[in-house]
Amino acid sequence: MTMSFLGSPDPATSAGYADPPKRKGFFTDTSICIGCKACEVACKEWNSVPEDGLSLSGMSYDNSVGLGASTWRHVAFIEKPGELGEPHSHQEPAAAARPQPLDLGMPAAALPGASAGLEDRTSFRWLMEADVCKHCTHAACLDVCPTGALFRTEFGTVVVQNDICNGCGYCVPACPYGVIERRDGPPGDEAVGIAQKCTLCYDRLSDGMEPACAKACPTQSIQFGDLDELRERAQVRVDALVESGVPGAQLYGASPDDGVGGAGAFFLLLDKPEVYGLPPDPVVTTKDLALMWRNATVAAFSLVAGALVAFAGRRRS
Amino acid sequence: MVPEANFTSYYGRPIVKASPWTADIPAYLFLGGLAGGSSLLAAGSDISGRAALRRSSRFTAAAALTLSFGALVHDLGRPARFHHMLRVAKATSPMSVGTWILTAYGPMAALAAASEAPGLLPAKLRRGALGKLLPGIGRLAGVGAAVMAPPLVSYTAVLISDTATPAWHDAHHELPYLFVSSGASAAGGMGMLFAPLAQAGPARRMAVGGAVAELAIGQAMEGAMGLSSAELHAGKAEKYMKAAHTLTGAGAALAALLGNRSRLAARLSGAAMVAGSASLRFGIFHAGQQSAADPRYTVIPQRKRLDDAQAARLDD
Repeated sequence: MTMSFLGSPDPATSAGYADPPKRKGFFTDTSICIGCKACEVACKEWNSVPEDGLSLSGMSYDNSVGLGASTWRHVAFIEKPGELGEPHSHQEPAAAARPQPLDLGMPAAALPGASAGLEDRTSFRWLMEADVCKHCTHAACLDVCPTGALFRTEFGTVVVQNDICNGCGYCVPACPYGVIERRDGPPGDEAVGIAQKCTLCYDRLSDGMEPACAKACPTQSIQFGDLDELRERAQVRVDALVESGVPGAQLYGASPDDGVGGAGAFFLLLDKPEVYGLPPDPVVTTKDLALMWRNATVAAFSLVAGALVAFAGRRRS
Repeated sequence: MVPEANFTSYYGRPIVKASPWTADIPAYLFLGGLAGGSSLLAAGSDISGRAALRRSSRFTAAAALTLSFGALVHDLGRPARFHHMLRVAKATSPMSVGTWILTAYGPMAALAAASEAPGLLPAKLRRGALGKLLPGIGRLAGVGAAVMAPPLVSYTAVLISDTATPAWHDAHHELPYLFVSSGASAAGGMGMLFAPLAQAGPARRMAVGGAVAELAIGQAMEGAMGLSSAELHAGKAEKYMKAAHTLTGAGAALAALLGNRSRLAARLSGAAMVAGSASLRFGIFHAGQQSAADPRYTVIPQRKRLDDAQAARLDD
């Protein structure tokens, strides 16, 4: 059980594992996400996550709307006109260096927009991002869980034990990303009333397999592996993108110095985090908890003082 | 008022999730304050020889405790698993800390109240040694409950502040003081409702003092919260907060002017302050829920923090 307010940078060790395996995580590179939602489907299938609404949201291709009790991978779609001057700063590689499209006899073998010429292209950008639980180094959900249902695995991930959780719901407002949620349906589902979220496929990891979403991703936008190695790989990738002039390319959640001590699942984004529905600078709420306990203690003594004052004066019998 | 700021969001969708809690939780915040405040009042009355105030305060504490326990269990997604709270003790979880405070407080508050009702015992026991020991048992249990009461009243502020809910977290400096004030005004108000004027002095002072502190700290809190304080003036939260200010303010004024002379005025003002305390908890609760539903309270302060940090880096 994690008892520290803010433990060491290695969560498995600070949770008490003597010799844990290397910390596992996701690097989600949104620059190569094609929005196929294979990750969403694979996650639902593998984890038996129930259907949670089949309606059209009007939010581009996004009809699962956000992470929740029954959406553990969520692909965000943003149709965005670029700001003036932004989109054309991207340097086109020389024609010879570019892989030439192969004509398969399909109606459109050319790259979208390629026939129109650079000057006719619009500044429109279509951003896609497969969001997931961040598996924080300092995880608020885990800190505030009063039953021990949420726990730190040997892989450094954060998982709910369905047979322990009593559905108090405290983890829900505690999460700075709005990931975890209490499942409210469908009736008969065994996890109704219980907090639910991505487990980073704890069962698959235990058998040496990669999580279902990463396995299903056809473009390697979702990469699974040892977190330290993923961070290095992501840095190389973002450096290359920035160098080639891709606007807005940035890592999100990769730094161990951020407000949650670094995320176990981090991202390469092409715009500001809030564009994708991510908090720009999240901080684990328990960072302020020691101060809150101090305030509450002083307040408790103030109440005693107030009561003493109320009784000061004549004694009656 | 806070100026409108531009911010970006994902189709206006919330970022953090609002708690799944319903009216059970604000009711519990109120009842916990009422119970704890009443146990303090009861212990003081016991020691200072105010039997009627002691009796009513012990009953209030036990009733509030029972109702709050019911609310807490009812609010769970799996009520039958309530006892899973007792698997662990975690300082990082205010709900776990609160569970153990309540576990220590509850039996003592219940015992103190039970000692006021010897009529419930069979006649044989009542006339025997147990009957004679009963006042002593009541005093011991009552003092024990009074020791656990202050943390019971103040921890609930930490309970809701220790979240990513903007209006709750932004209030984390002031909220414990607001909640102990509100608990004092509720417990004092209830004492004024039931105790005769001759004994109700401490209840009145506790109620008026708590009410005045509640109003003053509430003002300070609003100033310190920043952007999310706007939700105290919107939707359901606004209705409850207005009701809280009116009831608490009017109740305190009436109690201070006529509370020691007219039993009717004492009862009216006491009831107003009890209702004011309950309204305050519902107002704070809804302000938090509303602030979680609007991404602006998450994005704007965090974006500003990032931009300021970047500007500071550029200056170096």
